[in-house]
Amino acid sequence: MPGIGRHTWRIAVLAALGALLLPGCRRGAAVSRSGSATLINASYDPTRERYQAVNSAFAADWARSHPGARITINQSHGGSGKQARSVIDGLRADVVTLGLAYDIDAIAKRGLIAPDWQQRLPYNSSPYTSTIVFVVRKGNPRHIKDWDDLARPGVSVITPSPRTSGGARWNYLAAWGFELERSGDPARAEALVRAIYKNVEVLDAGARGSTTTFVERQIGDVLIAWENEALMATTRLDRSLELVAPSASILAEPPVAVVDQVVDQRGTRAIAEGYLAFLYSAAGQELVARSFFRPRDPVVAARHAASFAPIVLFTIDQRFGGWRKAHAEHFADGASFDRISGE
Amino acid sequence: MSAIASPALRPRRLRRSALPGLGLSMGITLTYLSLLVLIPLSTIVLKTSTLTWARFWQVVGSPRALASYRVSLTTSLAAAAINVGFGLTTAWVLVRYRFPGRKLLDALIDLPFALPTAVSGIALTALYGPRGWLGRPLRALGIEIAYTQLGITLVLTFVTLPFVVRTVQPILEELDGSMEEAAATLGASRWITFRRVILPNLTPALLTGFALSFARALGEYGSVVFISGNRPSTTSSPLLIMAKLEQFQYAEATAIALAMLVVSFTLLLAINRLQAWSRRRLSHG
Repeated sequence: MPGIGRHTWRIAVLAALGALLLPGCRRGAAVSRSGSATLINASYDPTRERYQAVNSAFAADWARSHPGARITINQSHGGSGKQARSVIDGLRADVVTLGLAYDIDAIAKRGLIAPDWQQRLPYNSSPYTSTIVFVVRKGNPRHIKDWDDLARPGVSVITPSPRTSGGARWNYLAAWGFELERSGDPARAEALVRAIYKNVEVLDAGARGSTTTFVERQIGDVLIAWENEALMATTRLDRSLELVAPSASILAEPPVAVVDQVVDQRGTRAIAEGYLAFLYSAAGQELVARSFFRPRDPVVAARHAASFAPIVLFTIDQRFGGWRKAHAEHFADGASFDRISGE
Repeated sequence: MSAIASPALRPRRLRRSALPGLGLSMGITLTYLSLLVLIPLSTIVLKTSTLTWARFWQVVGSPRALASYRVSLTTSLAAAAINVGFGLTTAWVLVRYRFPGRKLLDALIDLPFALPTAVSGIALTALYGPRGWLGRPLRALGIEIAYTQLGITLVLTFVTLPFVVRTVQPILEELDGSMEEAAATLGASRWITFRRVILPNLTPALLTGFALSFARALGEYGSVVFISGNRPSTTSSPLLIMAKLEQFQYAEATAIALAMLVVSFTLLLAINRLQAWSRRRLSHG
């Protein structure tokens, strides 16, 4: 062996193997004998506050029926699509609470969640809903009332790109579905959406970026936003903003699911299912409503009816035939978004 | 090690180093590079290979992908070129002159590395945006920076600022002053001295700085998303990759990554050649 001796090679190989074997330790059981456990909820960005409240309420609720059991729920937040990818790539989340069913479908497609996940819980597995509304500057100087006003020449619109933001796909479909609701004509819907997106001054990568552009940078006349975010911004954060509700919009249904593969491996299925069931309970629904999401429970919804503007709401199943079809027709390569953005 | 090696087994090409620990350090280096570079990069190729050839070409050659390479390459090259000019000037000022606050200025150079790039992106967008301190007067003059390719070039220049300065600085510091004196005594003007004596000595370092800046800029995502506005004309390749991932098109995303990898590797190889050539020229001339 010219150059490097055999002995030298042996040391090299051993050093390499040693480095590879280092991270070889295993973790212990997830649920202790007393029934205590720590779960991970992989969620998307605007739910941070709500799940903080829900998590402590659930832990107290669970401890009442399971004395001695201490449940800690750790949150993981990020863009909905990014969170789904983390779970696919091995983030051991017990439950996912994401922004759109398309992202949970992607996890299910890789076998981590049962394919029929959306039928397992009431209301398409989405315990709360929201919709897409407008945020304008104080006094609504550009007289924004409905989707048509966003298409007027000279109106500057801020919304994230549906390519990089799952939440923004709801925005896009809300505008499209509004025209379908009105005239039923797909060609007119495309023309309206094209005119609106032509007015988009900054197409940020995510919803947070768009809010920053609109609120901090003071760019744009109208921000297309989720109702919960808009309510939060206009009532709690910034008095110089106003919420405008369009006449019709999409019923955004953020879904939840237990990650079957993870809970079965960790033995946390009972707790994880209890956690999601808690979201549907009266107590859970009350917390949902306080975080500006629309509750499903009719009693709780009636109590908070004044907080939410009356908007004609259509679902993605009614207008677009479900997420898979909507994605193929609007966001896949060469689909409607590519057409209207002139590519 | 093999102190009893017979003369027949003597290394022919690679002489055994007088320093001990070759085996150990080679093992660590190989493992380290495998875990951090080779294996991750090979998964890109592996993932891409799940596409058919036809689909691969369709993805990497789509108008959107081509436009994104154009955006990424032009803005990265522009940023690297700007940094060669200003980096050289900055290094020159820091090395050749003594003035109060020099140490502070020197420390400031590394700041772009320390800042999270998202922070740099947000800060520069705030400043150069249509309602920013600098953006507003510039807009009045008809120059739009934020949400254009100019804006992308700006953040890339910021993010890669330290490379040229830090590669040129030590060379400049060690440059033998007697060369310049000799040039002066032989009647060379200050400009000729700079161009014919100093600059050739700095060229390899400048090229290294250029290559580092360019490579770093190509992959930059965090700061670019904030200032680019993400319209078709300002979509860089890393952003397109993110968009593909958002649709769970892993293989398509890695295909574009692979295309970028090939392009940047070719360019870096060319720069390397250029560097070797300039170094050779320097030692011969």
